Amino acid sequence: MTRALGLVRTIALTTALVGGAAGAQTIKIGVNEPLTGAFAASGTYVVNGAKIAADEINAKGGVLGKKIELVIEDNKSNPTEAAAVAEKLITSDKVPVLMGAWGSSLTLAVMPKLMEYETPMVVETSSSGKITTTGNPFIFRISPPSAVEAAAFKGIVDKLALKKVDFLVINNDWGRGTAEDFSKMMKEKGIAIGLVETMDQGAQDMSAQLSKIKSSDSETVIVTTAVDQLTLIFKQAAALGLKKRIITTGGSQNPDQIIAQAGAAANGTMHLTTFLPWFPDKTPNPEATNYFITEWKKRGFEFAGCTESFRGYDGIRTVAAAIEKAGKAEPAAIKAAFWDINIKGLNGDIVFRKSGPEGKESGQSQPNVYLIEINDGKVGMKTL
Amino acid sequence: MSEFLQHLVNMLVLGGTYALLGIGLTLIFGIMNVVNFTHGVLYTFGAYIMFIVVQQLGLNFFLALPVAVLAGWLLGAAIELTLLRPLRGSDIDTTMLVMIGAWIAMQSGALWIWGGVAKSVTTPFPEAPLVLGPVSVSWLRLFVLAAAALLILVTYLLINRTSLGRAMRATFQDHDTAALMGVNVDMIYTSTFAIGSSLAAAAGALLGPVYVIFPQMGDLAAVKAFAIVILGGLGNITGAVIGGFILALAEELGAGYVSSGYRDAMGFLIIIAVLIFKPTGLFARAERVG
Repeated sequence: MTRALGLVRTIALTTALVGGAAGAQTIKIGVNEPLTGAFAASGTYVVNGAKIAADEINAKGGVLGKKIELVIEDNKSNPTEAAAVAEKLITSDKVPVLMGAWGSSLTLAVMPKLMEYETPMVVETSSSGKITTTGNPFIFRISPPSAVEAAAFKGIVDKLALKKVDFLVINNDWGRGTAEDFSKMMKEKGIAIGLVETMDQGAQDMSAQLSKIKSSDSETVIVTTAVDQLTLIFKQAAALGLKKRIITTGGSQNPDQIIAQAGAAANGTMHLTTFLPWFPDKTPNPEATNYFITEWKKRGFEFAGCTESFRGYDGIRTVAAAIEKAGKAEPAAIKAAFWDINIKGLNGDIVFRKSGPEGKESGQSQPNVYLIEINDGKVGMKTL
Repeated sequence: MSEFLQHLVNMLVLGGTYALLGIGLTLIFGIMNVVNFTHGVLYTFGAYIMFIVVQQLGLNFFLALPVAVLAGWLLGAAIELTLLRPLRGSDIDTTMLVMIGAWIAMQSGALWIWGGVAKSVTTPFPEAPLVLGPVSVSWLRLFVLAAAALLILVTYLLINRTSLGRAMRATFQDHDTAALMGVNVDMIYTSTFAIGSSLAAAAGALLGPVYVIFPQMGDLAAVKAFAIVILGGLGNITGAVIGGFILALAEELGAGYVSSGYRDAMGFLIIIAVLIFKPTGLFARAERVG
């Protein structure tokens, strides 16, 4: 009996040692995303996109001769958890670089931890301007800040003949930042700003806000939130007989999911997105886009998730390129290397430019923004 | 004016389900003196039963509702028999901790089984709303209101018109005396918890298709249920019904005319006021002390 136990112990120890040795041969990348809570759908899509990138890179031999390993943690759509998860990834898993944290408030909560542990992070989704303007040199963002979205939208406001606009935005850094940047741009264009209504990120009933908007004298509503809340808004707006033009921002709309769940209510709505999976040939990198979409479908994921998941794919490829360039998997070297990379993302070239106060600039790439329109249950492009 | 009417209609629809959530919780607290932290999870459970029956098994929407109520009843009875019965006579803190544990375990279970991504349920109701002059409301929500009203009425009749209800009320007043009079108090406790649980599951089954279904959906619902119970007075069923509508009214008017950012805060401001000025609830009757 004692001998048997001893044997078990030896096997366990050997396995642990071999396992540990195998672990040392991979390069870890921390992934800090919302897999539960209000943004679960979006975060899960981003993680699935990240896995496609990791598998593709590893199939081609990995980075610096080692395989990359994603250490994925759930930040529960909660800023406090996002900061805790970042700390855990850096101190316990010893990742030299992170990708995260989907939402602006989540990313902003993580940022002090990056300063504390001097570890860089690729920001794949967040759009609050504050992220790249507060002077955090460990931030490298590949998603467009809301001011860039607003600037892209500026070209089309005349064609749309906007006169007065209401806002319905998620009550966090993302939503409030968007309302601010879009209001500023629209005031410059002489468009009147009506109501600015907010909703809690976990709210499921927006009837009160929508009733108020229904009675206002504006003709257009700008809505900013993630897909789950958006579909609820479309359904509830239809139930209230709200007949205003709806334009959504933020790139987390998954238009196909809106069509599937909101049905006729989705017709005539417009969406600012950062990826064109419906028209791969019109994307800046058609070959990579086609590969990604094929791989996404092959894995049995819903096509609707593409508009979200491509950011996880681009994010991990950005991280891998920086590690390759750095020549070693160490935070300081990777941080320096981010400034020198130039890769073809699915939504334009990923090249970081300096943003924020001098001496401690964050990196910001310049992705494309597109306006699409849903008509007869189909997605079409609107030229900006 | 039309905006105000629309807010009132929204309030009615929302209030009905809030009332349903509140009575289940207040019933359990009033009769068993147990703070049921699993109330929110039972709400979530009811919603997932709808998802399983309608989306995964492809069965009828209207058939799924009684299935969810029954499943909630069974799960509630199971919780009572396995967790609460062995703890009978222990202090309220112990029971509370066990119930918090059960809440976390069950919520994690839901996450494990169904994942964190929200699910939705298709309903047989038309997309186009019912329009009455300046107000409009979806058919699904009207159905939810009607079903909630029916369930509240059934619960009311069950408690006030049946012998089980009489035994429950007797146990509520004084369980020792009730036991001496031949009431099977153990059975009353199990039934009470099962009924309260089935009401929570019914609320989830009704609201799941209106919104989306995810493992944490019960948290906010439970917080609101607690608010309603405090508003109406602990153990007071009529109070819980009225409390549900008051909370809905406060949220609607607060979001409509004060600030939508503080929508969920409105209800809680009322509760703070109630706790300061009338801590036994708005509708408490004079009570024997000691």
